[in-house]
Amino acid sequence: MLLRNGCAGRILKSGLFRSMSTSWWKHVEPAPKDPILGVTEAFLADPSPDKVNVGVGAYRDDNGKPVVLECVREAERRIAGNLNMEYLPMGGSIKMIEETLKLAYGENSDLIKEKHIAAVQALSGTGACRLFADFQKRFSPDSQIYIPVPTWANHHNLWRDAHVPQNTFHYYHPESRGLDFASMMEDIKNAPNGSFFLLHACAHNPTGVDPTEEQWREISHQFKVKGHFAFFDMAYQGFASGDPERDAKSIRIFLEDGHLIGCAQSYAKNMGLYGQRVGCLSVICEDEKQAVAVKSQLQQLARPMYSNPPVHGALVVSTILGDPELKKLWLTEVKGMADRIIGMRSALRENLEKLGSPLSWEHITKQIGMFCYSGMTPEQVDRLTNEYHIYMTRNGRISMAGVTTGNVGFLANAIHEVTKSA
Amino acid sequence: MSASSDHANSVFASVVQAPEDPILGVTVAYNKDPSPDKLNLGVGAYRTEEGKPLVLKVVRKAEQLLVNDPSRVKEYLPITGLADFNKLSAKLIFGADSLAIQENRVTTVQCLSGTGSLRVGAEFLARHYHQRTIYIPQPTWGNHPKVFTLAGLSVKTYRYYSPNTRGLDFQGLLEDLGSAPAGAIVLLHACAHNPTGVDPTSDQWEQIRQLMRSKGLLPFFDSAYQGFASGSLDADAASVRMFVADGGECLAAQSYAKNMGLYGERVGALSIICKTAEVASRVESQLKLVIRPMYSNPPIHGASIVATVLKDRDLYNEWTVELKAMADRIISMRKQLFDALQARGTPGDWSHILKQIGMFTFTGLNANQVAFMTKEYHIYMTSDGRISMAGLSSRTVPNLTEAIHAAVSSVA
Repeated sequence: MLLRNGCAGRILKSGLFRSMSTSWWKHVEPAPKDPILGVTEAFLADPSPDKVNVGVGAYRDDNGKPVVLECVREAERRIAGNLNMEYLPMGGSIKMIEETLKLAYGENSDLIKEKHIAAVQALSGTGACRLFADFQKRFSPDSQIYIPVPTWANHHNLWRDAHVPQNTFHYYHPESRGLDFASMMEDIKNAPNGSFFLLHACAHNPTGVDPTEEQWREISHQFKVKGHFAFFDMAYQGFASGDPERDAKSIRIFLEDGHLIGCAQSYAKNMGLYGQRVGCLSVICEDEKQAVAVKSQLQQLARPMYSNPPVHGALVVSTILGDPELKKLWLTEVKGMADRIIGMRSALRENLEKLGSPLSWEHITKQIGMFCYSGMTPEQVDRLTNEYHIYMTRNGRISMAGVTTGNVGFLANAIHEVTKSA
Repeated sequence: MSASSDHANSVFASVVQAPEDPILGVTVAYNKDPSPDKLNLGVGAYRTEEGKPLVLKVVRKAEQLLVNDPSRVKEYLPITGLADFNKLSAKLIFGADSLAIQENRVTTVQCLSGTGSLRVGAEFLARHYHQRTIYIPQPTWGNHPKVFTLAGLSVKTYRYYSPNTRGLDFQGLLEDLGSAPAGAIVLLHACAHNPTGVDPTSDQWEQIRQLMRSKGLLPFFDSAYQGFASGSLDADAASVRMFVADGGECLAAQSYAKNMGLYGERVGALSIICKTAEVASRVESQLKLVIRPMYSNPPIHGASIVATVLKDRDLYNEWTVELKAMADRIISMRKQLFDALQARGTPGDWSHILKQIGMFTFTGLNANQVAFMTKEYHIYMTSDGRISMAGLSSRTVPNLTEAIHAAVSSVA
C-alpha cells in the first residue's frame, strides 16, 4: 500500500507541509538529572574497576550484588504458569492489602477487624505518597504539607505535582548529626491547628536519624493538642532494626493515642521487589462507612492515572505473607539484610577511627536503616567521586547497603582522605 | 484498643462515596449477581469460547524463561523503563523501517498500559505545549476525559459517531476539527474505536491527516488494539504510520493489555515523535520529570515479558498467530450474532455489527433497554449499549439474541 512506503513519505513531506518545518518542542529545556537516580547512571558509565556505588538505596549483598530473596523466588515459582493476568480491581489486590495492613497496624488490629481503614494498592512508596497528595488536594484543598528537612528529594516533587503547597519543619541537627528535637517540637507547636505533616515512620531517609520512643510519644501528644494530621511514609519496615513490629512502633504509638493517620508502605526494600512497584496507601477513618467512601475516592484518583495497579508484585507479596512458612522465611531474610547493614555501620566507623580521623563518626552507628548521613560537604563528595570513583548523592548520604567487607576499607580510607583536613 | 475511643474527628469526614466507575463498575455488579446464566459483556477483556480468560502461550513461555533465569534481578528500572521494551514497542507501532526511528527522532517511555501512557503524555503537554485544549471524539472511552482533565488539559469534543447510520459522522468530524484553534491537540483512536468500533477508511484517514497538518493540530494516538482489530499488526497501525510518514510530530500511547493479554500487568508505552533527535532527547528528559513524582519508575514484570516475546523471532511469530486467532474469533462472533438476529427477525438494521471492528459493538441500544437486559436476562454491559464481543461465545449468542429481541420489542 502506497502509504506505508517510505517513498510516499518523502513525497508527502516535500509537498504538503513545508510550513511545518519547526518542532513544537523547540523551547523544551533539558531537564536536570534526578539527583538520586542520576548517581547510578554516572556510576554505570564509569569504566574504573574500583568504582563503588553507595548512591541509590537498593540492597546489595556482601559481594555487592543485588539480591532476590529466596521467599520471592519460591513465590514466583508458584505463581508462574498458574494464574491469569486479568485486571485487578482499581483498588488493587484485596489479599495483598489485608496482609499489608497487618504489618503496619498489627496482626490483631481492631481497626482492621472493624474495617475502619481505607486502603488501596499503590505503585510502591512513591505511588502511595502521590495518591495521598492528590487526595489531600482534592479533599483538603486549603491544606499544606509540612515536610522534614531534609527528606527524600522526591517528596517535594510529588506534593508539588499534586499542587499542594509545602512548608518545612526542622528535623536534622547538623552539628550533632542527630535529631533537632527542640526545633522540631517548636515547629509542630507553631504550625496552624490541623496541619498535615509528613513523618518517616522509621529509618529516616536520607539521615538515618529517628526519634526515640519517648520522643515519638511527645510528638504524638503534641499532634493531639494541635489536631494535626500525621502521614507516615514507611519504606523500610523490617529493614531498620530487623524486626517489623519494632520498626512500626511510631505508628502504633500514634494509633494508641487515637490519631487517624495516613500511611504509605513499600515492599521495594524489605521484600526486594524494587522494580515490581508494590506498595499500599492506607487512610484510617472514623468508621466503616467513611472508609468505604474514602477508598472509593482514592480509586477515582488512581483510575485516570493508571486504571488499576500491576498484579505481579502484589501476587508475590500475598503469596509470601499468606503462607506461614514463606512468611517466616521472609522475616529471617529481612533480619539478615538489616543485620548485614548494622554490621557494615560498625565496620565503617571502626575503620575510620583506626585511621585516626580527627572527626567523630559516632553517628554512623547511631543512625539507622539503609542510609548514613555522613556530614560530608558536596565538595568532599565530588572529590570522592572524581578521585576515588565512589558514587553517592551530593548531600553526603551513603547507602550502607552498598558497603561490603570488600570495599569498607577502601571507602573509609577515601572518606578519611577528603575529610581529615576539614 | 478500639479505634472509637477518644480520637479526633477525621479531617476527611465530609468525603462522600464516589460513584462506581461506569465501566469497571459493570464487572462489580456482575460479580454480585447469583444467576447461573449471567453474561459479562462489560469490560473489554478477551474471553475464550469457553468464557475463560486467556493467557497467551507465548506469554507463558516468556514467563518460564524469565522465572528460570537465575541471573534476573528485581532492581528498579530506569525512570523511562526497560530500554529493549521501548525500542521494540516503537518498532512495533511505527514499523521496523520507520525513518523517524532510524533518525532517532522518537522518544519512547514505558508507562502503565494505555491509561498511564495517556496520562504521562497529557501531563507533558500541559506543561510544555502551547495549546492546552484536547479534542476527543464523541463518544470515547469513559476514562479519557478524566485522564486529560487531571493532567491539566481542557477537554472539548469533536463529532465522531452517527447514531443514525451507526457509522462515522465524517462531515461532522471534518467540520469540528476544521474549526478547532490552530495547534489544538486531537485524540485519535488508532484503530478499533472504543466504544463504537467505527473506524475511518484509509481515504478518510488521509483527509483527516491533511486537515490536521494544514491547521497544525497535534495528533495524540491511542493505540490499544494493534493486531486485535483486523488480526494484522501492520494494518492496525496504518493510521499512525500515515501521520508519521509525513514527517510531522505526534504522540502515540500503546497498550499491551489486550493484544498480549497482559491486562493486569499494566504494560504500555508512550512515544513522542519529534522533528529532530536533539529535541527528542530534551523531551525525554522532561518526561522523566513527569514520571518520577508519579511512581518513580514503571513495573518490570510485564515489560520483560513483552520484550522477551518481541525480540525472539519464533516467539514473535507465534504471537502473531495467537493474536490473529483472537481477532478471528471476535469476527466470527460478530457474524454469529448478526445471523442470529436476522434469523430471529429482530426489528432493525443490525449490519453495523458486521461493519464495526475490534472488541466492541455499539449496539445502538439505549440505557433503558440495557437496564432491561440486565434485570431480565442478567446480561451486563455499559449503559451506552456497548458490548464486548470478546465476552461472547457460540453458547451464549442465543441468550443475547433473545435479550436484544425482547429489549427492542418491548422497551422504548
